[in-house]
Amino acid sequence: MVEREIIIKNRTGLHTRPAAMIVKAAARFQSDFYIRKDAFEINGKSIIGVMTLAAEQGSTLYLKFEGPDEEQAATAIVELFDRGFDED
Amino acid sequence: MDTVQTSGQELVIKGIAAAPGIAIGPAYLYSKHVPLVETKPITPEDVDSELQRLHAAIARSEKELQKILSFAEQKLGSRDARIFEAQIMILGDEILMGTIDDRIRKELKNSEWIVFDEIGKYKKLMLAASDEYMHERAHDVDDVTNRIIRNIQDQRLYSKLEGEAVVVSETLTPADTVIFSRNMILGYATDLGGVTSHAAIISRALKIPAVVGLRNATKQIHMADSIAIDGYAGVVVVNPREETIEGLRAKALRFRQFEEELVGLADLDAETPDHRKIELSSNIEFPEEVEFARMQGSAGVGLYRTESLLLGRETYPTEDEQFEVYKTVAEGMHPHPVIFRTFDIGGDKLAPDSYHEENPFLGWRGIRVMLDRPELFLDQIRAILRASNRRNVRMMFPMVSKMREVRAAKVLLARAKQELTERGVPFDPKIKIGVMIEVPSAAILAEEIAQEVDFLSIGTNDLIQYLLAVDRDNSSVAALFQHFNPAVLRTIRMIVESGHKRHVWVGMCGEMAGDPVATVLLIGLGLDEFSVNPAILPEIKKIIRSVKYRDAKRIAVKILSYSTEEEIKEFLASTVKNKVPQIPFE
Repeated sequence: MVEREIIIKNRTGLHTRPAAMIVKAAARFQSDFYIRKDAFEINGKSIIGVMTLAAEQGSTLYLKFEGPDEEQAATAIVELFDRGFDED
Repeated sequence: MDTVQTSGQELVIKGIAAAPGIAIGPAYLYSKHVPLVETKPITPEDVDSELQRLHAAIARSEKELQKILSFAEQKLGSRDARIFEAQIMILGDEILMGTIDDRIRKELKNSEWIVFDEIGKYKKLMLAASDEYMHERAHDVDDVTNRIIRNIQDQRLYSKLEGEAVVVSETLTPADTVIFSRNMILGYATDLGGVTSHAAIISRALKIPAVVGLRNATKQIHMADSIAIDGYAGVVVVNPREETIEGLRAKALRFRQFEEELVGLADLDAETPDHRKIELSSNIEFPEEVEFARMQGSAGVGLYRTESLLLGRETYPTEDEQFEVYKTVAEGMHPHPVIFRTFDIGGDKLAPDSYHEENPFLGWRGIRVMLDRPELFLDQIRAILRASNRRNVRMMFPMVSKMREVRAAKVLLARAKQELTERGVPFDPKIKIGVMIEVPSAAILAEEIAQEVDFLSIGTNDLIQYLLAVDRDNSSVAALFQHFNPAVLRTIRMIVESGHKRHVWVGMCGEMAGDPVATVLLIGLGLDEFSVNPAILPEIKKIIRSVKYRDAKRIAVKILSYSTEEEIKEFLASTVKNKVPQIPFE
């Protein structure tokens, strides 16, 4: 299991487009992927789940990857957050 | 309308007669709204069919949303379109849909409930969030849920409608009416709507008895109640007694006998005894109606509503697809003429369900849509031109409100002709074109418009609605929708005179042309062509053949001196009863 803690950088937070990008990226990997915010955890491969997180700029998320390609999955997803979902 | 409780269980509900005929059978209640979703147990054997239904409903929902999305992108811009994109993604959410499937298998409950409950969890969380953005997303999630549930219920409905039934609903869209007509539908009864609503027009065309404007029939009639529809009198009887049923059957027979009396008329001209010939044509919606129109003795098709081609489709038909259908209609009527009305979309007709206008009847419809989408318009014009090769095709533009629109349409027509010439495709280079006069401004400008075209055709349904400021589908004011309003009659006279001044013929293709009470008056006003529902055509022909033009003109002058619709109607009804006593008026 791989865990990462990230802070939302992009201005508009996890709205529909970034949520779609996360789900699409996660789908490329076999590993399970969960996102936790506060006490609330959702499946990171579910668009409706990610949309429901309502994560704004500055909020902290805990990412959890579990499976044969968990390292690669973690790297790819964290990179998306770091790039701020190519917003601007 | 009023309800009268008679002895026993029989209940008579009065509405508006929309399509003639008598229908007796079990009621099928049909609702477009998403009702309260209830949890219902299913058996393990039901699971597969339940999942099948759910998956079909999801696929259907996605198709609908794709259509709405492409429309939204063109019309609303990509920002607003994104909402639908998000909804499509939710439909494709494998985790969510997998959970729903699993829950149906494990909990053995109906799919509507599981969809409602599972997606509802997310909705609750979104509503609990503090920001407005998330609240809006909760609405999107709601839309998706409702769409899936509605589609699941449609799936159930279609499978249930195998037996014969009388459909009872709040309202019916043209698409509903068509879908139902493929099943064994005995008749329709609706809470809303008037005699000129599209559902009524289509019911008449399909010869399915219908009563509309029943106000709250859906609350008074229950699933599988025995009901009788009297499409002549505009009455629905719930739990009819034996005598009532016998009475209705006798009535149906009486009307059928009169219809038989009319059969011999098919081969005769619509000509007054003093030899004024009138072109009596049919309004049609589907190519399948051509045969019936001919059988009834039509001199042609005065209105072919081409937009029926778009019903139940996701995309616009190509030029070739349209040509195939148009050719069938033109060939089917040959050598009689067919007037193709170009797509009259918008208003209550075919706008995608996501596209809302505050005031659709004053909005984007008819030629306004087509001039904004010249590529679609050109496809259609070329398809019509190609069907005109045997010289019996005419083309007519709807919803014209200003000269510029007529000229713009003519420019596109010229371009389409040139393109076909370049392609070496044959067509009628002298194709006659006309304008539907259905907006008051077009009525006022009729003389100028007549200079640009070969004919005018009065569309009374919309003309009356715009002239009298009455929504014909609003049952609270539908009673004000009166074609015998003196203002309407004077406007018709003005249009006919304007056309004749410019030596173009003037026809009428609205519902009024098919009202037997109005026929004498319309002959007297000098109309050259009547285009009516083929079901009523023989009756109108009988009246034309019974009244001298000279007398009709005198009657028209007298009627135009009246200032109330009540006087006019009374005078006309007694005139027609005198001249053609056999007509079984209601």
